[in-house]
Amino acid sequence: MITAERKPFDEILTLVDGHKKVLVAGCDTCVAICLTGGEKEAEILASELRMKAQADGREVEVEHTAAIRQCEWEYLDMIAAKVEEADVVLSMACGIGIQSMAEKFEPKLVVPAVNTNMLGMPQEHAVWLERCGACGDCVIGETAGICPVVRCSKSLMNGPCGGSHDGKCEVTTPEKEEIDCAWALIWERLKAQGREELMEVTRPPKNWSKSSSGGPRKMVKEEAKPV
Amino acid sequence: MTDNGYKAGSNLEKVLSAGTFAVTSECGPPKSADGGVIERKAKILKGFVDAVNITDNQTAVVRVCSLASGVTAQQNGVEAIMQMTCRDRNRLAMQADILGAATLGIKNILCLTGDHLSFGNHPEAKGVHDLDSLNLIRMYKDMRDEKTFQCGEEMDVAPPLYIGCAENPFGDPFEFRALRLKKKIEAGADFMQTQCIFNIPKFKEWMKEVRALGLHQEIKILAGITPLKGAGGARYMKNFVPGMDVPQEIVDRMAGVEKGPPSHAEGKKLAVEMIKELAEIEGVAGIHIMAVEWEEAVPEIVETAGLLPRPAVA
Repeated sequence: MITAERKPFDEILTLVDGHKKVLVAGCDTCVAICLTGGEKEAEILASELRMKAQADGREVEVEHTAAIRQCEWEYLDMIAAKVEEADVVLSMACGIGIQSMAEKFEPKLVVPAVNTNMLGMPQEHAVWLERCGACGDCVIGETAGICPVVRCSKSLMNGPCGGSHDGKCEVTTPEKEEIDCAWALIWERLKAQGREELMEVTRPPKNWSKSSSGGPRKMVKEEAKPV
Repeated sequence: MTDNGYKAGSNLEKVLSAGTFAVTSECGPPKSADGGVIERKAKILKGFVDAVNITDNQTAVVRVCSLASGVTAQQNGVEAIMQMTCRDRNRLAMQADILGAATLGIKNILCLTGDHLSFGNHPEAKGVHDLDSLNLIRMYKDMRDEKTFQCGEEMDVAPPLYIGCAENPFGDPFEFRALRLKKKIEAGADFMQTQCIFNIPKFKEWMKEVRALGLHQEIKILAGITPLKGAGGARYMKNFVPGMDVPQEIVDRMAGVEKGPPSHAEGKKLAVEMIKELAEIEGVAGIHIMAVEWEEAVPEIVETAGLLPRPAVA
């Protein structure tokens, strides 16, 4: 799923500074599942903003709402009335939802309350791990179902590099936690599958033109278009 | 292929092709526009090594580029091995730079993935990693042998290159390490320099794997060593440098002598002992001395190890 984290409160305050009517808009799909931007989190943020305004002696009206999916036009119609009343919409959806809102309600000011960070897998409750870079040219059929593009710190197509030690990457998270070496995982799983000879194949340079390097992408499914 | 049958005709290629035990070293360019640093280091090493690696923003810290520094080294009498990492350049830049390097007389290139940006002084930069080191080796081989760019387009004049790679015998998974070298040979690597060796028994084990695959006959292997100045450096490498395997007895040996000139002398003595032991291993074609910011130690180590005079190859 798409995961996101709430921005620091001070940054959010700056984004809505000077506006009298603020609508905090949650999204009840991906960001709700990752406990960041669903209706409940929108309600909490709205309360925080009201309390802060009260403490600062500012008169600000803060409402909250949530769309089932901010990234789809028809769900935005359902919250249109509340959006119209606001000076600024503080969207808690992923980057797609925020942009859909900004486009749908142009020229309404729509600002992000979250940082969208990855396509992640919930590893355990409240922990997500990056699993896909949406590179447009999936190789995991050859790499034992493990993505080297985002799970190898250097996106090696032919790893592991010399920094792999005891199954761990030379790179740690910003919190200094160890990261599994993707290529050590690939090696072990290929062996378990009896397919370790795939490690001896040199994978060619990746075609990054299918990723965002090729410019903004567009997908059209002709067969699904209305006739 | 050049007219005389060499791939590039570099001094290093000739020394290794002649079967002479090669000596290379390493110079780190400075973190400022001071051209005098490489000039000074090159003058220290001239006559003591067959070629010198010029590092490419090593440890992800910005320095004078390896191309300019390589040219400076060559102007001061030491052949350069220009290092090229995949971290800072995409395939266009890596091809453009090697064409430029070739026009300025650089013939040896070392293809590396590069230390991760998080270790350096610009951790907020965007890592490139368009190609990995295997793809880089292959791209340069095709430029040299097929006169083609990575995209397949042809060029008029191919860059004569002697292509190197690195491999870490102490990286994991150990059982894949020799196979990864095999992939680099298949991609087109002519010579290989190892990471710093401190754990000689483990290196010997790795060389056994290498020989079992016959790889020592397909690539020139230079064993890498780093002379230690003291116990502090040994401990730092043991605990903080990625991919480094420093046995405790080495740390203890360095800790057993007084810090300063005595520990410097002990470090050089240890380096000489290691060179002699490594030179005895079947398949080791040379030594690569990485005296980090201690280039002055290299001449004495090379001399004491009995590796002088360096051959004059035509």
